[in-house]
Amino acid sequence: MSAALPPRGARIRKWARGFRRRETLAAYAFLSPWMIGFLLFMLIPMVASFLLSLTDYDALRAPTAVGLANYRQLLEDPDVRKSLTNTLLYALMSVPSTMAVSLGLAALLARAGRRSAGLFRTLFYLPEITPKVAVGVLFLFLFNGQAGLVNEVLGLFGVQGPQWSTDGAWIKPGLVLMNLWSVGSTVVIYLAALKSVPPELYEAAELDGASRWRRFRHITVPMISGALFFTLIVQTIAALQTFDEAYTAFYGNASSAGYSSDAALFYLIYLFQQGFQFLHMGYASAMAWLLFAIIMVITLVQVRLSKRFVYYEGR
Amino acid sequence: MVVTSSLTPVAEPRPGSARDVRRRGRRRPLVWVALVATAVLFVYPFAWLLSASVKPGDQVFDNALFPQQMVLGNYAEIWRAAPVAAWLVNSVAVSLAAALAATVASSVVSFGFAYFRFPGRNALFGLVLATMMLPGAVTMIPVYLIWNEAGLASTQVPLWAGNLFGSAFYIFLLRQFFLGLPRELFEAARIDGASYWTLFWRIAVPLCKPAMVVTFVFELKASWSDLLKPLIYLRDPALYTLPRGLKALSDQFGQAGEQRWEIVLAGSVLTTLPMIIVFFLAQRHFVDGIATHRRTG
Repeated sequence: MSAALPPRGARIRKWARGFRRRETLAAYAFLSPWMIGFLLFMLIPMVASFLLSLTDYDALRAPTAVGLANYRQLLEDPDVRKSLTNTLLYALMSVPSTMAVSLGLAALLARAGRRSAGLFRTLFYLPEITPKVAVGVLFLFLFNGQAGLVNEVLGLFGVQGPQWSTDGAWIKPGLVLMNLWSVGSTVVIYLAALKSVPPELYEAAELDGASRWRRFRHITVPMISGALFFTLIVQTIAALQTFDEAYTAFYGNASSAGYSSDAALFYLIYLFQQGFQFLHMGYASAMAWLLFAIIMVITLVQVRLSKRFVYYEGR
Repeated sequence: MVVTSSLTPVAEPRPGSARDVRRRGRRRPLVWVALVATAVLFVYPFAWLLSASVKPGDQVFDNALFPQQMVLGNYAEIWRAAPVAAWLVNSVAVSLAAALAATVASSVVSFGFAYFRFPGRNALFGLVLATMMLPGAVTMIPVYLIWNEAGLASTQVPLWAGNLFGSAFYIFLLRQFFLGLPRELFEAARIDGASYWTLFWRIAVPLCKPAMVVTFVFELKASWSDLLKPLIYLRDPALYTLPRGLKALSDQFGQAGEQRWEIVLAGSVLTTLPMIIVFFLAQRHFVDGIATHRRTG
């Protein structure tokens, strides 16, 4: 009887294979929502977006192929240049200041008692949950050149504040300052990183007579470089896609177009206008791919640079 | 995306040496002054907003913390000027649907990645992570065209239905939690004849509730604040969410419009306040989530 059965090893292998197949099937069942979503809202749209970028399309008539004309136009469009410059300048101001202010606040929190640190962390986090539209509205009030709170406070110190919301040179710095209100989550990340630095390192350095700056430079910065790097990337990508506050404050209906300022024309705002207001969907798709390329390049450069600066424990 | 990263575990402060404590004690008053000053800076705009929203129109810019004259009429006025009640209902409905869809779908998918061993797992998970890099702008137009093709482009459906397929960051986050559960738990249930769904629904979900609540709250906040999607999809003002409505108010009554600032301010309060209330109610869950993350991670 036993001779009629296949050898034991093969039986087990066969059984295992069946088990694995069932498990595989079940696994893919669990993954199916994401896989459908990936296909429907990611892969197909990506291909479609690329194909659209090679056409003229206004969502009404059928698209007409124009080859690389949209990409050529990107290079010549003065508004693309304007909005890219605005966006990059904004990111260049916003990201480092956000990181510096967050690190300062986190360092303060790390020195406070545990309970008070919790309370202050909550307060610092509050602006983060404020919708950016409301932040944009608040910007118009607080940074109003004549009667805004910011200039009133500056006036107390005898400083004549600029026309933040109308003077092109001051709009981006104003938005950067306003954005510093929403540093809450970065503070939380840095606080966690600071708390995980072993205090023995500081004690040893102090015994060796290292100054406070050197302790910061040679212990704190390397030990939290992972968190610094992470926030650098996330903040940069977010800054390059700034939309809500600037759009709320400076763009919108036809009546606000009259006073809207070129200085606040960020890339995503221009893309949105091209795609959904002027219905140049092919051109807007080409714009989107340019943004993607820029984000990729900047991120890759950051990753490359970080290899020199980021310290990973256990390496 | 930025907000969500606050999940990073917060380590307990290490017990310092006696010398350390003494040194800290000496420095604390200065730290306190700095903390209180910054906290005032962070909270003051809220106070300013709340106060200005009950000032008569001509006093909105007086920057006084306490209104000389309090008029709750601004809120009655906004009621007449725009369908704010409908906007509030829309915002609540849309963000609840978005948060619920994202939480359920992302947990199902992340359990698939955490529990099973199957060919292609790492490649697929890498793909999930890679999608986080893609700016939404790239897919914005074709996704609109898809909803348009489905005849849903002018409804609220596109504001939340995309979440039914899970969302990369939450999949990543929840997978971390599921991976932290001891595998023996599942093996024992398997031997007792439990189905895979039972493993997920009866064992994994109850144990990872805190992480799911965190996912829910973060997506609730993200969806509540969103402006871009409502701008793209919503045409009929009756369907607006609060941020889209606030944008419309600011266009109509703000700088370029009728200059009735008090209405814009009341609208800002209506848009901001509900999330702040949710935040205070959900704080415990944030803390739970962070604690759980630390234990498992």
